[in-house]
Amino acid sequence: MSSVPRFWRSLGSRYNLEGTRCKECGEYYYPPRNFCVNCRRGGHIEPYNFKGTGEIISYTIIHTAAEGFEGQTPYTLAIIQLDEGPSLTSQVIGDPEKIHIGMRVRSVFRKLGEDGERGMIYYGTKFVPADPE
Amino acid sequence: MRDVAIIGVKNTKFGELWERSLRDIVVEAGIGAIQDAGVSGKDISALYVGNMSGGRFIEQEHIGALIADYSGLSKNLHVPATRVEAACASGGLALRQAIMSVASGYSDIVVAAGAEKMTDVGSEEASSALAAAADREWEGMAGATFPGLYAMIARLHMHRYGTTSEQLAEVAVKNHKNGSLNPIAQYRNRITVDDVLNSIMVADPLHIYDCSPITDGASAVVLAPADVAHKYTDTPIYIKATAQASDTIALHDRRDITTLDATVMAAKRAYSMAKLGPEDIDVVEVHDCFTIAEICAIEDLGFAEKGKGGIVTANGETAIGGRIPVNTSGGLKACGHPVGATGIKQAVEITTQLRGEAGKRQVDGAEYGMTHNVGGSGATAVIHIFSRER
Amino acid sequence: MTIGIVSYGAYVPRYRIKIEEIARVWGDNAEALKSGLKVYEKSVPDIDEDAATIAVEAARFAMARSGVDPARIGAVYTGSESHPYAVKPTSTIVAQAIGATPHMTAADFEFACKAGTAAVQACMGLVGSGMIDLGLAIGADVSQGAPSDALEYTAAAGGVACLIGRKESELAAIIEDTYSFTTDTPDFWRREGMPYPEHGGRFTGEPGYFKHVTNGAKGLLEKLGTKPEDYDYAVFHQPNGKFPSKAAKILGFTKAQIAPGLVVPKIGNTYSGSCLMGIAATLDQAKPGDRIFATAFGSGAGSDAFSITVTDRIEEIRNRAPKVSELIKDPIYIDYARYAKHKGKIRLA
Repeated sequence: MSSVPRFWRSLGSRYNLEGTRCKECGEYYYPPRNFCVNCRRGGHIEPYNFKGTGEIISYTIIHTAAEGFEGQTPYTLAIIQLDEGPSLTSQVIGDPEKIHIGMRVRSVFRKLGEDGERGMIYYGTKFVPADPE
Repeated sequence: MRDVAIIGVKNTKFGELWERSLRDIVVEAGIGAIQDAGVSGKDISALYVGNMSGGRFIEQEHIGALIADYSGLSKNLHVPATRVEAACASGGLALRQAIMSVASGYSDIVVAAGAEKMTDVGSEEASSALAAAADREWEGMAGATFPGLYAMIARLHMHRYGTTSEQLAEVAVKNHKNGSLNPIAQYRNRITVDDVLNSIMVADPLHIYDCSPITDGASAVVLAPADVAHKYTDTPIYIKATAQASDTIALHDRRDITTLDATVMAAKRAYSMAKLGPEDIDVVEVHDCFTIAEICAIEDLGFAEKGKGGIVTANGETAIGGRIPVNTSGGLKACGHPVGATGIKQAVEITTQLRGEAGKRQVDGAEYGMTHNVGGSGATAVIHIFSRER
Repeated sequence: MTIGIVSYGAYVPRYRIKIEEIARVWGDNAEALKSGLKVYEKSVPDIDEDAATIAVEAARFAMARSGVDPARIGAVYTGSESHPYAVKPTSTIVAQAIGATPHMTAADFEFACKAGTAAVQACMGLVGSGMIDLGLAIGADVSQGAPSDALEYTAAAGGVACLIGRKESELAAIIEDTYSFTTDTPDFWRREGMPYPEHGGRFTGEPGYFKHVTNGAKGLLEKLGTKPEDYDYAVFHQPNGKFPSKAAKILGFTKAQIAPGLVVPKIGNTYSGSCLMGIAATLDQAKPGDRIFATAFGSGAGSDAFSITVTDRIEEIRNRAPKVSELIKDPIYIDYARYAKHKGKIRLA
């Protein structure tokens, strides 16, 4: 990512799944949004911390890594729907053979990457199977 | 609002063009289109250029000004030039902006070009530049790649509808067959389903042959008000509809990841504007950045029932000679995908088809054609419908 | 003033490499090593784990076990010899990740394998003096052993967090007292920028581990007027399976007393987490009223000894987070190549 302020600004969201919700329509937002998609100016946004549990909507096993993720292949990327409603994109740690659509997952604290040998280390949330294998 | 017509077209060769720079290829396409149209530089009211990422690929922004300059349109003629960006839909959107400027009466003769010079950086850098079309903060930082995002679409499509890897491969096979008939295509070789399935896995279930390549290339069209088109050409091709729609930038925020709602909505708007339906379209260029993208596209554009895109493809219904020929140019897969150029190349191909000049790729008696250009994983969709008769 | 452990949390990564597998690569005698070290396999961090992620997981388990409001934490101290940054504290990452920021102090500790217990002592001081309400002390490491060196067989990954407080109703275990014995002894060290430590071979035994552990332990027993038989359990720093057994014998503690805390045969030496891991494993099954005697050792060199009495509250909180035994069952075994990839021993472009 190579931008210290940009990463620092989202630290709470990345470490602790801090998101938002709209009091007017009840919609939850992770990643957090300041502007409700349904209510727009009529919305009332407040902070909300997600529990970190959810299920896998879809997944893939990435063999050709994204920039900065080279040493990690193969890794599993998934779209996870949190129990409160919104979905996010994250790596899932675990045996790729056992990962399946609908699998329950929970959040863990892991290293996301780093900006080379001299740069910042980026930490955040990934997911593991919720039920022990 | 005036009717608009295309009076000139040109594609450069698509491929790894080591000897040519961005300026070289855009000028070739632009001048070629102007010659095809029989207009002169003095006639041009405006220039629109689709280009996704000059900044990352060649460290150059202000692309509109650059292209106008090197096309001889700025120093003496001071033609207004605008760069348009919507990731992979930059070309289609540049065409739409050009159409609107003619239709509104603001401009008369307008050039819509698209270009991308992707091979001046290494392929990791190129992939990283392309990834900016996704949500950098919340998809990119999680390790998502474009093949990865479309692979998740494919995985769910296969899970829900029974689409198979073989059916995905048939898209690539067909597009390579079409590309072998297209002199400017990056890949002119024929491939088989086994070739696709045995190629290396990029993001399960997408193999390298399920993915469009990194390509240099440029395309241009010249637009004129329909009323005067016959002064320039015997075969003006008319714009029956221009439509555009947006959707969430991140795939995980979509209503349903196996349907590109932006495509569905833009198609609805286009069909309504043209007063046509999918059954009226004779030939279509869709956005096959990955094989699964073509399958979803033919479903979302109304050429196949949702979930049946794979079967329709495997049955040969989208081949030249089939019920609805798709990607006669070879698509993004075989013709190549110089990002900003693709939307314009699609318009060049459909124009060529409707003029009856597509040679071995010709769809006989084509009257109505469509182009479908998508940005990112579906956050932007731009659709145009063209006709031979006004 | 009563000070003690309000809560604790442990974390051990799931991957393991067996002694035989390391020995295979370097042509060593696995059987001789296993019987000499009494270590059979060691824990290996995942490719995206480091001392900070392990510290966070352990701290989060400690918070879940206690249920206290993180805003009450006045200090976070993390001890490690594999902090991810040379300059930029691990403790602030942990503090952010458990919601303890910003009205608190933090700093990182280093004292080889006793950095975690040094952090415990610092928290005891701040809590005991009334300066803070609760302090979180963590020992976590992803220690590196130089390839083909003896330490490669035991240098493992893991961490433990202890929440220190003084409200009697909140204490799961009372720390009656602590005593330390410290000298300038260069038995093991690592220079700035170097990837692997140096050690003095057999010099690390008598002048290092045994001198400090026995003096530290005897010092505390004398100070309190207690004897080994007054305790139900004992935990000694566990760099291998032999040293703690020998230390116990020298001091007069029995094999049965050290058994529940002796986890090194299955997971290796978790360095700053080592003695605390033994304490955590012991607390996982101790009864109210049980007394635990613990002595940590850190090269460089020093020992920290603790006398601990378990309270009734242990049974209320114990099951709210994974026990050490639960964390270390179901390991995933990997080969040397995968181990080298995870540990960053392969130089990437």
